[in-house]
Amino acid sequence: MKRFFSLILCLLVLAGCGQVKKDPNSIVVWHWMTDRQKAFDKLALKYQEQTGIKVQFELYAPSDVYSQKVVAAAQARVLPDIFGILDKKSIMASFVQAGFVADLTEEFQKDNSVWENSIFPKALAVNRFEEGNIQKVKPGIYGVPIDVTNVQMLYNKKLLQKAGINNPPKTFNEFLEAAQALKRVGVPVLVSGWGEHWLVDCFASNYAFNIMGEEKIMATYRGEVPYTDPDWVKVLQIFAVLRDKGALAEGIVAKPNKYAEQDFALERVAFAFNGSWCVNVYHDMNPKLEYGVMLPPATDAQFPLKIWGGAGSSFMVNNTSQVKDKAVAFLKWITAKEQQVFLSEETKNLPANREALSSLPAILSEFAGAMDNTTHPKVWPINETPLVSEAFDKGIQSIIIGEKTPQDVAQEVQQVKEYGFKKAKRVTTQ
Amino acid sequence: MSAITSKIFNAAYAKDKFENFLFIVPAVLIFSIFYIYPFFDIFNLSLHEWNGIDLSREFVGLQNFQELIHDKVWWMSLWHAAFITIIALTLQNALAFALALACDREIRMKRFYMVVFFIPPVLSEVVVGLIWQWILNAGMQNGEHIGLLNYWLAKSGLPQLVHNWLSDPATALPCIAIVHSWKGFGWGFIMLLAGLRIIDRELYEAAKVDGAGSLSIFKNVTLPMMVPVIFVVVVLTILGSMQVFVLILSMVGHGLVYHTEVPVTRILVSMSETNRFGYACAQGVTFGVILVMVSVVLKQISNRMKQE
Repeated sequence: MKRFFSLILCLLVLAGCGQVKKDPNSIVVWHWMTDRQKAFDKLALKYQEQTGIKVQFELYAPSDVYSQKVVAAAQARVLPDIFGILDKKSIMASFVQAGFVADLTEEFQKDNSVWENSIFPKALAVNRFEEGNIQKVKPGIYGVPIDVTNVQMLYNKKLLQKAGINNPPKTFNEFLEAAQALKRVGVPVLVSGWGEHWLVDCFASNYAFNIMGEEKIMATYRGEVPYTDPDWVKVLQIFAVLRDKGALAEGIVAKPNKYAEQDFALERVAFAFNGSWCVNVYHDMNPKLEYGVMLPPATDAQFPLKIWGGAGSSFMVNNTSQVKDKAVAFLKWITAKEQQVFLSEETKNLPANREALSSLPAILSEFAGAMDNTTHPKVWPINETPLVSEAFDKGIQSIIIGEKTPQDVAQEVQQVKEYGFKKAKRVTTQ
Repeated sequence: MSAITSKIFNAAYAKDKFENFLFIVPAVLIFSIFYIYPFFDIFNLSLHEWNGIDLSREFVGLQNFQELIHDKVWWMSLWHAAFITIIALTLQNALAFALALACDREIRMKRFYMVVFFIPPVLSEVVVGLIWQWILNAGMQNGEHIGLLNYWLAKSGLPQLVHNWLSDPATALPCIAIVHSWKGFGWGFIMLLAGLRIIDRELYEAAKVDGAGSLSIFKNVTLPMMVPVIFVVVVLTILGSMQVFVLILSMVGHGLVYHTEVPVTRILVSMSETNRFGYACAQGVTFGVILVMVSVVLKQISNRMKQE
């Protein structure tokens, strides 16, 4: 009897180790967008009614935890049918090269590229690998954008009026003057989630484009221009000036973006540096908030100031999914005009579908108006190495807290850059 | 005859041994699968350069460890963890011991205090971090401080003490260490109280009869009897404090420059921000070895104390 039970137990254990059979009429989607879960669930229900296919949106937040989960799932070969990659383009390239992401080029170009033409080219660009890309990925489109976003500055209309400012500042000097006026009436000036490195990076990148232009930035990433170049020092100097003029909110340096959003929504600060997703966040926190959108005020340098944008949230199809075709069909459906209008209205995000722009709320239209000024690391031919980026972002933090000068930080970043080159050479020669 | 008996005894002994071995097989299997294999796999990974996704890994030998030796931020993060540990060992455990001693006496509302003291440890670290983030917030609204501490300082006539607690390198880490101690003292309190409860009361009475005062009783009776419990509390405090990171993430996000970095946050950065899994594993292995060494030293000290 004992042996019989032991045998049954062993069989059960072995059965548990086997692969779970996938329901051919269900699609699993992993995402990180807390604010969109309800809208996604409604769309999933609608899709099931229309096609009989069940779509399960599984939320994993915050985004950094989500990223780790996706990487871990890739290692364990248990990725869902649809997922997003929030990482750098080089990591997306690794996902593609490892065979985790389906090439959707053919689907996008079917029927005279009707799907491709319906999506904003800048949103699609982040998921596209061009001919001759440095990651050596087979050229093609590997993701489906479901919305478009850009990162700009927001201003609180009431607080600006309180300080006697009638129009939002357009130049950096005007911004500094506005900061003085706000300080006089006791209103903190600028808040942002600079406890999150990517937002610091984004702000610095805006001014790098303004001060030296794209070509010189890329030359720096390739190692042809050092970070000690006067133009890079000028970029770092922006943060020193903001600090010296008292234009940064208390605690900005360690503030996660959620807290920064709360500060702006609750009218504690006059300006915020944030992405277009904030419209939904601010609406939830304070529906009566009166604010406008403006480009970060440019310096008088010769190049145009570029903001990060175009890249919204994108979904990738698992190349090994047993329901790959159904996953693609669902993504086509969710990016169609009707669903995009619904998502845009429900979640107050910019739609990825061009035809859905017609019914945008006013504040989102303001965001959409700056799409021509956008750029994004994922569309650049080369990106800075993560180690150098970390040194750069941490360096900016140390400038803000008055620990280091822009020159010190420039030198330190350059040292990290040179160390990276030496290490790469060592590995190549080995 | 004796040869036969010996054979029978040997067979019985072997059978016994085999049966005993069977009992520990599940534990050995689980330990091997979930501890020994991962350790060797992590060590193997630490000898490679890998971004976590690529199918191929590049063998780099001990290069990651060499790099780690020269990584100033890593050693700084270890010092930060040591600082948090020192604060926890002193402040946290002193508080826990003092409160355990108080609750070991016949005082009013003893049970209530015991429950209250045990609330911080059962709260999630994220929740504790967020609560203290709010208490230490340096922002202002309509001329009033948002953070409870600054608000209280300003209202109680101490505006000169109002401070940017979590954004100043001088105060950020001490604040984290204090919050960590506040959160952790309840564990020590419970264990020390349990230790105090099992001390034979007759020892105290005998000491009193011999004319010993409170301090003398504490020094000569309580403290020696509590050594094994104190040792366990010290070991757990060290291991827990060296590995603190959730509290840091929820209080200061990704950190104030490098001033709030601890080993686990550095490992996280290597894994998820700079995508260097091999280096992260080298950090993990090194950190693990350091913790094992600390535990061994503490064990030696404990053994010596027992002998004495």
